[in-house]
Amino acid sequence: MAKYSLSINGKIMSVEADDDTPLLWVLRDNLNLVGTKFGCGVAQCGACTVDLDGEALRSCVLPVSAVGKRKVVTIEGLSEDGDHPLQKAWEELDVSQCGYCQSGQLMAASTLLKSTPDPTDQQIDEAMTNICRCGTQVRIRKAIHLAAKKLNTK
Amino acid sequence: MDFMNSRRNFLKVSALTGGGILFGLVFPSFETNDTSTALADYMPNIYIKIKPDGKIVLMAPNPEIGQGVKTSLPIIIAEELGVDWKKIEVELAPLDNRYGRQTAGGSGAIRGRYADLRKMGAAAREMFVNAAAQIWSVSAADCIADDGMVIHKSSGKKLSYGELASKAVTMQIPANPTLKDPKDFKYIGTRITDVDVHSIVTGKPLFGIDTRREGMLFAMIARSPAYGKTLGNVDDTKARKVNGVKNVIKLKNSVAVLATSTWAAKKGRDALVIQWNTTGKLENSSDHFAGFKEILEKGPTTVGRNDGDVEIAKQKATKVLDVYYEIPTLSHCQMEPLNFFADVRDGKVELYGPTQVPDQLRNDVAEKLGINKDNITVVVPRQGGGFGRKLMTDNGVEAALVSAAAQSPVQVQWTREDDMQNDFYRPAEMYRYRAALTANELLAWHQSAVGIGRGIRGDSYVAGAMVNYRSDSQGFNSNTPTGWWRAPGACTMAYVAESFFDEICLELKKDPVAFRLDFFKKAKDAPVGRLGYDPIKYKTVVELVAKMSNWGTTPTGVYRGFATWFSFGSYAAQVVEVKLEDGKPRVTKVYCAVYCGRVINLSGAENQIQGAIVDGINHAMFPKVTFVDGAVQETNFNTYNFLRMYDAPLDIEVKFVESDEAPTGLGEPALPPIAAALGNAIFAATGKRLRRLPFAGQL
Repeated sequence: MAKYSLSINGKIMSVEADDDTPLLWVLRDNLNLVGTKFGCGVAQCGACTVDLDGEALRSCVLPVSAVGKRKVVTIEGLSEDGDHPLQKAWEELDVSQCGYCQSGQLMAASTLLKSTPDPTDQQIDEAMTNICRCGTQVRIRKAIHLAAKKLNTK
Repeated sequence: MDFMNSRRNFLKVSALTGGGILFGLVFPSFETNDTSTALADYMPNIYIKIKPDGKIVLMAPNPEIGQGVKTSLPIIIAEELGVDWKKIEVELAPLDNRYGRQTAGGSGAIRGRYADLRKMGAAAREMFVNAAAQIWSVSAADCIADDGMVIHKSSGKKLSYGELASKAVTMQIPANPTLKDPKDFKYIGTRITDVDVHSIVTGKPLFGIDTRREGMLFAMIARSPAYGKTLGNVDDTKARKVNGVKNVIKLKNSVAVLATSTWAAKKGRDALVIQWNTTGKLENSSDHFAGFKEILEKGPTTVGRNDGDVEIAKQKATKVLDVYYEIPTLSHCQMEPLNFFADVRDGKVELYGPTQVPDQLRNDVAEKLGINKDNITVVVPRQGGGFGRKLMTDNGVEAALVSAAAQSPVQVQWTREDDMQNDFYRPAEMYRYRAALTANELLAWHQSAVGIGRGIRGDSYVAGAMVNYRSDSQGFNSNTPTGWWRAPGACTMAYVAESFFDEICLELKKDPVAFRLDFFKKAKDAPVGRLGYDPIKYKTVVELVAKMSNWGTTPTGVYRGFATWFSFGSYAAQVVEVKLEDGKPRVTKVYCAVYCGRVINLSGAENQIQGAIVDGINHAMFPKVTFVDGAVQETNFNTYNFLRMYDAPLDIEVKFVESDEAPTGLGEPALPPIAAALGNAIFAATGKRLRRLPFAGQL
């Protein structure tokens, strides 16, 4: 066990964990930030996606010891009041079905919009590699376009 | 699914309604029976709660697995109750037999409950109206109810349902409340957002996996690495040394490791040294398919349907089209890996987690633990997908066994690998289809099928429209477990039958839409034997999708495929458009027409159709499970290929046939035809007829 100081959602949080513990489980089990989801454990499905210094990252394969001083943003910190343009677009278009993968989808989409404020369909295809078995992809694509529009007319 | 059973439950509930038990005064709260609570909820019936602050809570009685019933079922109650949808709250109901069939499966929730929930809402509305009328000493006929208020028409006096609650629950329960005229519906048929969407997009703890309780231990379980192997010697020395590991429990054929965190439990589990003994046959998928082929060449033993004489027709034919189709084993891959929370102490059991069949789970746990059902509670949170996996109760039963042995509250968490090696798979199948043809006529259709487990039942709509039709099938023995996978049976048979239909159209140079319409005309005018569908409804969806897609006028560079299927009471017809990108087909657009009776929630209904189409494109294109010596080779998404954003259509246009009929199934019916529609489009684009799922490796 070692002590780590992590920057999570704008706050410094202190945790004790084995150094090989993936950030995902530190978030979920140590910090009770359960919005970040477990889906595969091998960086494939993207349910565990968090924002690490502006990059979308699969937290299920990132050991806590490798996080360092980088800033972590989880779904709980995407916005203060749940009103990020993506969250609003998701609600407006009623994107989710079971809802399980959506926090990962939103975190992947939010990092996409940081680097590419008005993405094309092709850029969305490249950035959004998360899995959703319910088949919400068509609405996710529309919601990203809608959120981009909201952001760019702010 | 057992629809007869749900019908029986409906009748039972209705009878209770008349007898006053279900609607009986339940005060203060049926959940606790705690009369000491000063601030208690009023419940005119078990679906409606009025909180002390006047807030109205509607209960959603069926498990929510992404099919939208936590929203759509309460919409039905709200409509008749006369409340403002924006001001109500919704809760998932706990397991309670007074709710009847609390199952998520068979596309049955809405169609099983529509009539009943309307009656519940209407009866409670009349109780509020009667209560107000008594308070005002006026006639109930002079009062109306809307937006959670009762209004006296002539005086304009108003009382809210909250204010009326204590009086309303003392009113006599109307046996036959007056239902709204559907033309006055405010909510049913409109677009209503999922009740949990805000909690979902803000990452709230909604799911079983998010359960955190005082003193709870996290558990992972080592299960057999292959079918045909059972537990032998266990050395847990290393596992017990893992930081955070608290306990190791040997079950009948598995070993549980309990720890203070999920990661510690996983490390402990992975540190177990277990000898797995081979006690059964270690099977291979290649042997399954070889066995299927052998049976199909000989001819399966069970005749499902035999109209006319297909053999004589084959002799008369100028050509017999004779082809084989292959369907792989599949995993469920609901996005939330299986888990369950259980607390078994002092003869009482608390169960909390994902299941599609809470009642069955309670029965199974009662039997395994020898504890009376009355001492077992089951609460089912929102679930990260179902798709049929959780019609099996193994995850909940296992958690109960671990908790009982450990005398501790536990959450058993499965990894994706655990999930995929220990599934109840969609069975592998093989079909042989034969068509007796002349230059311009289809004389006979002969469907033969074999699959792991019980074999395949069912027929295409050509049965009933063909003079010579035969279907036969046979089950194939295997120790690899099988279960239900979204639109069981239909999801694969529609692919095969509708692809084969396309092959016949090509042989006979017939238009796929026009030729199908010929069949529905024949089925209507001169049905042969039993007809398992309504040919007018089939015709309606086929014509609608043809109109939507402007069938017959294909734009340049676009290739199209068509298919249609009836399942779970509903009709779906689809046109898929593909384009070639670097020589490979990409799905760009799908049109879908659906006949499902009255639509309750337009947004949710569209979501189900679009989702089923994407899910169906996935199963057509990507995944397969291969058994080698009883072990699954594709145990995670790095080997079990799955659809990504690029592979999903850019647009899916959905239209529902307007209907005043009671709602029919919606969670499944749009999935079956899509694989065929896609395969037919790929054939149009590439000239390759794909007779084996998944397509991806063959393009």
